[in-house]
Parts: sequence; structure tokens; C-alpha cells
Amino acid sequence: MKHKTCFHCGLDASKSGITFDDKPFCCNGCKTVYEIFSINDLSCYYDLQAAPGATPKEIEGKYDFLNNDAIAEKLFEFKDGDVRIITLYIPHIHCSSCIWILENLNKLLPNVSSSLVNFGEKTVRITYNGNKLSLKSLVDLLCRIGYEPYISLENYESGKKKIDRSIIYKLGLAGFAFGYVMFLSFPEYLQVEGIWLEKYKHVFRWLMFTFSVPVVFYAAQDYFISAYKGLRSKLLNIDVPIALGISVLFIRSTAEITLDIGTGFFDSLTGLVFFLLLGKYFQQKTYAFLSFERDYKSYFPIGITKISTNGEESSIQVYDIEKGDRLLIRNEELIPVDCILMTGRARIDYSFVTGESETVSKKSGDKLFAGGKQLNGVIEVEVLKSVEQSYLTQLWSNDVFKINKENAFTTLTNKISKHFTIAVLLIAAMATSFWLVYDASKALNVFTAVLIIACPCAIALSAPFTLGNLLRILGKKKFYLKNASVIEQLAKINTIIFDKTGTITANKSSKITYEGERLSKEEEELLKNTLRGSNHPLSRALYSMLDEHKIVTLNDYKEHLGKGIEATFNTHKIKVGSATFVGHDTLQASTNTAVHISTNNNYKGKFTFYNDYRKGLSKLFKTLKQDYDLAIISGDNDGEKDNLTKLLPTKTKLLFNQKPDDKLEYIKYHQSEGAKVLMVGDGLNDAGALAQSDVGIAISENVNVFSPACDAILDASKFNHLYNYIKASKSAIKIIKWSFVLSFFYNIIGLYFAVTGQLAPVIAAILMPLSSISIVVFTTIATNLLGRKLT
Amino acid sequence: MSVIYVLLAISIAVALVFFIAFIIAVKKGQYDDSYTHSVRMLFEDEIIKEKSKK
Repeated sequence: MKHKTCFHCGLDASKSGITFDDKPFCCNGCKTVYEIFSINDLSCYYDLQAAPGATPKEIEGKYDFLNNDAIAEKLFEFKDGDVRIITLYIPHIHCSSCIWILENLNKLLPNVSSSLVNFGEKTVRITYNGNKLSLKSLVDLLCRIGYEPYISLENYESGKKKIDRSIIYKLGLAGFAFGYVMFLSFPEYLQVEGIWLEKYKHVFRWLMFTFSVPVVFYAAQDYFISAYKGLRSKLLNIDVPIALGISVLFIRSTAEITLDIGTGFFDSLTGLVFFLLLGKYFQQKTYAFLSFERDYKSYFPIGITKISTNGEESSIQVYDIEKGDRLLIRNEELIPVDCILMTGRARIDYSFVTGESETVSKKSGDKLFAGGKQLNGVIEVEVLKSVEQSYLTQLWSNDVFKINKENAFTTLTNKISKHFTIAVLLIAAMATSFWLVYDASKALNVFTAVLIIACPCAIALSAPFTLGNLLRILGKKKFYLKNASVIEQLAKINTIIFDKTGTITANKSSKITYEGERLSKEEEELLKNTLRGSNHPLSRALYSMLDEHKIVTLNDYKEHLGKGIEATFNTHKIKVGSATFVGHDTLQASTNTAVHISTNNNYKGKFTFYNDYRKGLSKLFKTLKQDYDLAIISGDNDGEKDNLTKLLPTKTKLLFNQKPDDKLEYIKYHQSEGAKVLMVGDGLNDAGALAQSDVGIAISENVNVFSPACDAILDASKFNHLYNYIKASKSAIKIIKWSFVLSFFYNIIGLYFAVTGQLAPVIAAILMPLSSISIVVFTTIATNLLGRKLT
Repeated sequence: MSVIYVLLAISIAVALVFFIAFIIAVKKGQYDDSYTHSVRMLFEDEIIKEKSKK
């Protein structure tokens, strides 16, 4: 058969046999989306990008809670009369077709008046008529065309976000003032002699002063605040000499023009602030579509279906759930609270909470914990605890989540600035005392000149530009860092701890091997057909591994929850499931997951499931082992122990059956021994460990979906590059150190002029931008070279 | 009164106009999304084109 891909979503469509308009589709869902688009003259969607779509998911009832006005109210950005404005986060936004179709929403829904996509943030801002179109039908339509919005408890709390644009204002103001002051300084640079300048210089000078005032008091205010905070906690951070430099520049310049002894240094002052802010802005690269601060709130739904005593269903907010309530949990829904299962068959995926990949079957009367995902139809539960008191949510009350790692860490720049500030003050004092003896009239001039010229603009720019640029380069390589200081911390790591499930193993695939008597062709056919009917993840995995067989209708089929499946076809009987279920009592102790088979009551053998490790794992560990202490810490049982010891270098510590708290404690213990720990994890169960570690990296198969709070997110496909990324961060530190050397060189030249009392404004005006620009050029070139090595 | 004052006044006025325009642009959120516009401007009115073909 010719290999065909779905016209809508690009998945394999060779087996489905669905065609429409001579175009192949992988499923009816995709076909329906195509139909919707072609009826509404929106088929251009497919011209902009080939196969841009996503298969719409079954959402029956999932968004019922949007009919609850109290919930919907919280989601609106704006509401007045008919008009509603809502911003929805849609993870699927990925190409120009997505932008096009979402901005043409009004062709599908006439009541939508406008929709605007923000590609970087993956959001769409929709304005619509709230009286004619309900929020639920809007969301339903988006789901139907494959753009399911992601609405979680987090949206509920944040509501209307305030965007902080102050850095852009400050940068704009400083740049504006810098340009203008430079312009006004020109006559005096050129030293036009004569009456003309004598007559007008005061106007020029006071204009420069006027432009500098907002720069000093508004644009540069962060430096004063930070310096004050630093001094109060007895730290000489880099902002102390900067704030000192800015104030001395401003005071001396003002004094000079008032007393008419000189032009002042307003050009250098505004230029300095402009360059500093430029560095700050550059470093502030954020990935708008990623969130590094996620806690359970971003996983939890906003609304849930409550069943009242007389059997009526209604949607309520998750926070309104009370002890004793009856809730209806649908397929694929998350259980938001600790509860007891009342009716229905529950199969819970706790991988968010424990990292354990296998689902657990529960029967009526069993306790269910918050954070589990129901995978098997509808269940009814009775609530035991409210949201905040549930087992999972309590993990977040641990103090680690309140510490801001960035503040607790002394950056390289601040370390150097301590010595630097002391040295500058010493030089200033020495030069001043020399001049006091030699020529007292120049002493004050020299003192201020030293402080001005030593203002560590170039030093302050080294780290932001190096780290900011590397941050961008790593982002392109799918390693997303929360902020620039993570690079510095990463360079200091000496211990690396990995989680197992989902981190070093691939999430989806697992290796399956068969042991036992060979199955005949009929038996295999029967097995395949039996598995077809089951929704159990193990059945599905096994089903996709077996060869193709013709589809037959089984005479009898029965699924025993938590045990296995039983089926008959003609005279053959088959049992698939646990060892005891198929009648194989001589159970060998094997901790690996296995599915046993028996036909006509004869035991045949078992399929064993092994974890499939990520590509390049063994090699990565071998290279890492040379420089770092390694450990693996897993919430799973030790079934994979032998496999892992074979795969990994000797002396790698392996710990199994670790609860989320244990992981956190283990890292704390290592840190108390002086280790700098890098934790690599993936699930919510690692959240504590990720927060406790010096650097926490979350591995993610799809960076747009879930990842716990962390310092960095690494795309799973780049897992084997981890070593290179750490090495790059070390090289970045070297680049910063070299640019420090470069800026010291400029400082020495400047200090020569300052100490000898010859610092003219024009020298400062040349030296300061020159040193800043050369640092920017040096670090940019160096980091780009570094990035080129990182393929 | 020298012409230099007039020139200075004009230059400051022009500069301030641009500066205020910049502030308004930032305030309206024009700098929040620096990517989507580059794609959007390349869209034609595809829907109309489609209809005329039929």
C-alpha cells in the first residue's frame, strides 16, 4: 500500500481508508475538520502550510463548567454589555496556518467580532458577542477544529495579568535622552571658540541637565534601589559602584554647570544608563509560552461536575468542593481532590504524582488521591478532603517552594564587584590625598573623576550580554532556561541526579519480549483480536507490537478489571492477563511488568515489558561520569535494576521506591555535604527535588504541555546533548572572565586620565561607550562561536 | 531673539512627538508581540480569492 499521510494532521493515513475530496485522512475527526473548513471557504488553511492541523479530541461534557457564570466571569479579560473579551492559551498554535485560521474565526462564528493571535505566547484574544454566543460553544468550536484551549486552575487565579513594560519605557527614555544630550554637547566637543558659545552654552547645558533628570531619577532608579538593598544586607554588589558612579556624575555635572566651571558629563551619564539598561533588557529573554513556575494549579481543572443528592448534575468550581460532595469524573479527567470511589471502574494514572508509569485499578470503596487521571470511562466519587488539604497539594506547602534561588546565589559579577569597589575607593582615596598635598584645588576634581571613570559599566555588561546571548542560543537548541543566572549555576554543578521514569526512559515506547511456548498463527490472531477490544495501556502497547492479522468477530469477550481479558473464537479460548488469572501459579518473582497468555487453559508464556531508555543514555552517562557524581533516584520498583547496572557506568548510585519527599531529602543531604546538585526530572513527583536542587531541569517530550516548576526545560529529543550544554555554560563563564580583563584594561586607561587630573568630558564620552560597545561585540562574537560548536 | 532658540524649540518639539508616540505604542502593547505581525502581513485576503474561483 502506498504510504499516505493525513491531509489534515500529517499522521499516517494508509490504514484508515478514509478519503474525502480525493484527500486521505487518518481518522473521521480530521475529515470533519476539513469539511468544516471547506464548507466555510477556509481551505486556504491547507495552502499556507501542509498538514497543519491536530486531530480533534473527544470533549463531550469536558467544558460544561464554562456554563457556570461564576467560573466564566473569572476568565474574561473584559465584559461590558454584549461584548466579551477572553484570551485563551492554545498549545497547538505552531505555524502560519494556525494564525490564519484563528484570526478568521468570524467566518465560522459570526458572533465573533475579532480574534488576534499572539504567536510567541500561543494565545488568541477573542472578542465576541456574549449574548448570542456562549463561552462554552466558543470553546467547543475551537475543540472541534483541533484547537483545544488549555484552561486550568491557574487561569482562574491570575485572571487579568498585568504586563510589566517598565524596562521598555526606561530604555526608551534613556535612549532618547542619550541621543539628545549628545546632540547638544556637540558645540562644546568641537570647542567652538568665541562669543557664540559663550552666549549660548548655558542654554545648552541646562537643556542637557533637564534631559538627564528623568534618566537619573526614573530610568536608573533600579540601580539605586538594588545598591541600597545590597548595602543594607552588607553586600557590595555590582550596583553599588554603578549607583555611586551615576550619582557622582550627576552631582559633579550639576555643580560644574551651576558654577560655570565646565560642561559636565551629562552625555556620559545618559549613555551609561542607556547601555546598562540595554544589557538588562537583553538578559531579560523570557519564553512567553513556557512557564517555569508551575505548581499543581496549572494541572488542575477549574470546574468539575457535582452530583447533587437528587441526582442532578451541575458544574462547580474546584475550590468550592466540600467534604462529602459527590463528583462525576469523566474519562481523561483529573481527580482534583482526595476521595473515595463510589461507582464505576476506575483505572488511575498516577504518573503526575508518583512517576510510576503503570496505571492502577481501583474498585468501589477504594481511596483515590488527587492528581490521578481517570482513564476508563465515568466514575463517581465522594470527596474526603478539599483541594488545599489533599495529599498532592500539600507537597507545595514545603518551604523549598518559597525560596527564590536567584536571590540566594552570588553571581560572578557581584563577587568581582566586591573587590572592584574596594579597589576603586582605595585608588580614589590615594589619588585625592596625593593631590591634597600637591595641589589642593584639584583634589575634589580627581576624586570625582576616579569614581566616574571607574563606574563599572563594561563589567556590568559582560555577564548580561554573554549569558543573554547563550540563553538564546540554547533556546534554539531546545534547552530553555528560566533566566541567565541558571547558566552560572549550571557551570558549578558537581553532582547530577536523574529521575528514572520519563526522564531517562522514553515515555511512550517500551520494549516487549516474549518468553514461553511459541504461539501458533491462529493463537496469535486470536490474541491480536482480543487485545483490540481492550483499552488497557498494556493491551494497547502489545497490540501495536503484534503483526497485522485479519479482523474477526469474537464469539465471547469479557474483561475482568485488574485481572485480564477472556475471549473465545470458534473452539479456541484465550486468557490474557496476570499470572494468577491465566492459571499460572508457579510464579517466579519478577518485578517487571508482564502479560501472561494461556489458550484453552494451557499456559503459553508471557510478554515482559522493559523500559526503553533514551537514545545515547549510556554514552551520556559515560561522558558525565568523568566529571560528575551520578545517581538515579526513582519512584518505581527495582525491576529495572539489572538492566540499568549493565547500561550505566559502575559506581552510579541507584535508588528505588523513593517517594517525592525522599527525593527532596536526598538532595538536601548531598547539599549539606557541599555538593552542587543538578536534578533532572519530569513529573510532579520530582517537583520538590527540582526546587531543592541548585539547578532543576525538567525533561519534556512536548515543551508546550506539562512540566513541573523548574529552572530549565530540556526537550527530550536533546537529552543526549546535556553534557554539551553544561560544558557550554562553563565556557560562558570563561568568556565573562575574559571580558572582565578587557574592561579592566579600559578602566586602567581611564584611571590614568582621572588620577592625573586630566579627565575632560570628551574623553569620558569616548571611553565609556567605546568600552561598552567593545565588550558587547566581544561577548556576542565569543558566544556565537560557542553556539556554533553546539550542534 | 536669536534663531537658535527657535531651532532648539522645534527640535525638542519634534523629538518629544516621537518620544510620546513611542510611549503610546508601548502602552498599547505594540511591543508585546514582535513575531505574529511579521506573519500576518503576508496573508492575503484568501477567502475572497477562493470565492472568485468558483
